[in-house]
Amino acid sequence: MLKRLADPEFFEALTAVNADRDEPPLRPVYGTRDPLAGLVADDAPAAPRTSHHRLLKYLRREVLPTTFCVGCGGGTVLNAFAHAVDEMRIDPKGIVCVTGIGCSSWIPSPYFLCDTLHTTHGRAIAFATGVKVMRPDMKVIIIAGDGDLAGIGGNHLIHAARRNLDLTVFLVNNFIYGMTGGQVSPTTPFGAKTTTTPYKNVEHPFKIADIVAAAGGSYVARWTTYHVFQLMESMQNAIDKKGFSFVEIISQCPVSFGKMTGMGDPVVQLKDLRDRSIHIDDAKGLTEDELEHRFVVGKLVERKRAEFGDGLQELIANRRESLSEELDGGLRQDTSALETGR
Amino acid sequence: MIYIDEEFCKGCRICSEFCPTGVLGESETLNRKGYYPPVVAEEAECHGCRLCELLCPEFAIFIVNEWLDEQAG
Amino acid sequence: MNRPAENRQFTDLYLARLAGQEHFIQGDEAAALGAVFAGCNFFGGYPITPASEVAEVMARELPSVGGYYVQFEDELASISAVIGAAWAGARSMTATSGPGFSLMQENIGYACMTETPCVIVDVQRSGPSTGQATLPAQGDVMQARWGTHGDHEIIALAPSSAQECADLMIRCFDLAEEYRTPVIFLMDGEIGHLRERVVLPQPDTIERAVRRKAAVGEPVFGGETVPPMLEFGDGGNVHVTGSTHLEDGLRDVQTAEVHDRLVRRLVAKIERARNEIAQVDVDVEDDASVAVLAYGATARPAKGAVLRARAEGHRVGFIRPVTIWPFSIDEIQRACSNLKRLLVPEMNLGQLVREVERHVDCEVVPLSKIGGVVHTSSEILSAITEADKGC
Repeated sequence: MLKRLADPEFFEALTAVNADRDEPPLRPVYGTRDPLAGLVADDAPAAPRTSHHRLLKYLRREVLPTTFCVGCGGGTVLNAFAHAVDEMRIDPKGIVCVTGIGCSSWIPSPYFLCDTLHTTHGRAIAFATGVKVMRPDMKVIIIAGDGDLAGIGGNHLIHAARRNLDLTVFLVNNFIYGMTGGQVSPTTPFGAKTTTTPYKNVEHPFKIADIVAAAGGSYVARWTTYHVFQLMESMQNAIDKKGFSFVEIISQCPVSFGKMTGMGDPVVQLKDLRDRSIHIDDAKGLTEDELEHRFVVGKLVERKRAEFGDGLQELIANRRESLSEELDGGLRQDTSALETGR
Repeated sequence: MIYIDEEFCKGCRICSEFCPTGVLGESETLNRKGYYPPVVAEEAECHGCRLCELLCPEFAIFIVNEWLDEQAG
Repeated sequence: MNRPAENRQFTDLYLARLAGQEHFIQGDEAAALGAVFAGCNFFGGYPITPASEVAEVMARELPSVGGYYVQFEDELASISAVIGAAWAGARSMTATSGPGFSLMQENIGYACMTETPCVIVDVQRSGPSTGQATLPAQGDVMQARWGTHGDHEIIALAPSSAQECADLMIRCFDLAEEYRTPVIFLMDGEIGHLRERVVLPQPDTIERAVRRKAAVGEPVFGGETVPPMLEFGDGGNVHVTGSTHLEDGLRDVQTAEVHDRLVRRLVAKIERARNEIAQVDVDVEDDASVAVLAYGATARPAKGAVLRARAEGHRVGFIRPVTIWPFSIDEIQRACSNLKRLLVPEMNLGQLVREVERHVDCEVVPLSKIGGVVHTSSEILSAITEADKGC
């Protein structure tokens, strides 16, 4: 008979949990801790912090500065998102940001100050579906990358578009698995060199926005981190639109994508994004070959279809309607009535 | 009025390279992380287009003026 | 923030009517109805034999009680949505079998790490892999304990009748809320598809565990062994992550001490409540030297064999763990304290018996039967007779 796992130290550690009952929680370690403590001469002038940016109120200050690489497009997406929310005057307390795993999943999480759900790789949209069905009154916004949403999470992406639940998805496409060091992704261009295609990428990439459009998305657009004004407006349209809205945001990744493609300078890569972009109206006459290495930007699709959440509410209402007659004309309350406040 | 938060800046130079009127130059002093943040070189050329503010990945540069404040409400 | 109004009065009226009716139903259906009575208002699932009936009954009943049934594209999405819904205020569940259970493991671990209350029904079938898809087994016992990676504890209950499917489901939801943890309902295909008479409780007699809510600003991931929870929309800007995190939810993977504190607390949460969670039916007299320990479907023929053995003059005991995990060490050690031999019939090649062996002093005899067939009471009876020789 094996003795019970009776290591006294183990159990002491378990009971030690109670010891921190009276202690306040530890403050987070990023941001508020000075990373240069001990490294800068004591008499060096104090770091000037202006921090008057009026949008900093939308961010979790204790985790700044960001961990993004120098010139990362992800930071620009966060910037555009904060601007969009600000312009729309949405109270962030009514927003839930759901993300997956990867650099792009770090855009709102933990930086954006609202309810944030940082999930497992590829599953953000599925988690978000559960959230939105239970809280149709909140804005549920998913921000994640190409590997996360179009690779491992591809199935959830197309089914969510098909279902047309009122979600907003910002897929940040930097053509690479960035966080893990630069492996090929389902959107990496044909022929590109990456750490797992060190000779040449012999796979063809997805045009992911087109796939979502075909799967039934109600609002589908594509922009880049260069087109910040159009991007911000597109984000607003996507958030506003009732139904599954999707914006593919092409973004520069100077380090993981740039290192093996010769575009390690964020300015160079961003200029490349600008030069390769072509507006959808201008692309109309062109063949697939001519558009091979270009990004078609703009609104691809906008349609109106019955929304999934509405459908579920309808099922409840109808079922209760027919039941109430059976339950002795029992309690027939208008199930579409909303409680105000919580 | 152009505000630059030197300590947030990572010296990516996107703001200065993409400014349409060449307002921004590069500082000669390193910030505490070892980057060269931008400096306002030609203030008079700034039209308040806010391209730098929106492109910046770090919330390190932003424009404040009365007209914008009105828009923000 | 506004959310659609919950019509509790209407729901209770509907449940009262259901409770007043006679039910001759399968274990699967009883489990689904038990969930509805427990207050389940979100089911995310995917069809799989022998659990599809759970989904079908949930799809039928949830709209009547103001709940949501969503069928997903796979089991990975199902468990993900169940967790998301829980953080948005739902009492949520899913139902699956072995292959789907395997797919769900990553996010079951996520639920453990984020302390998300939810219920996962696993109607076990013969494996591994596709196996005998339509036939029962008890082969997921260890998977329920260790299926997901990393150090964690889990709660798992096993019913032995359709009635227990209904009753224990209510307990599953309560345990999930009380300990802020995913709870696994380890059914098997035999009980799942067995039709028996089931009595459902009147809604006003059910005491449902209430989710403990935190005040805004209070830590949601620490500070107490089982911390109170904040839901999305409560205005708390709560940050939920599967990464190692501090008491307020923000990630800190660098500091060894933070991870140690968090994971030890998650383990202690359930480990220290082992005896509160434990539920074991013990029927062992002091003079019994042989006993049979069985759970789930196997408990039925095991009990039958024990009764027949007693009628033939053997002094034999019967132990039925209802709580499989955490293993009810004290109760089972006590029950076995005077035994010479303990027979453990299982529909697998020896899973729970390994745990039993670790903790009891007497000789432990596993009686494995696989092939999708339940033990017969005659088989167990001859094993009892054999074991009783020389005792």
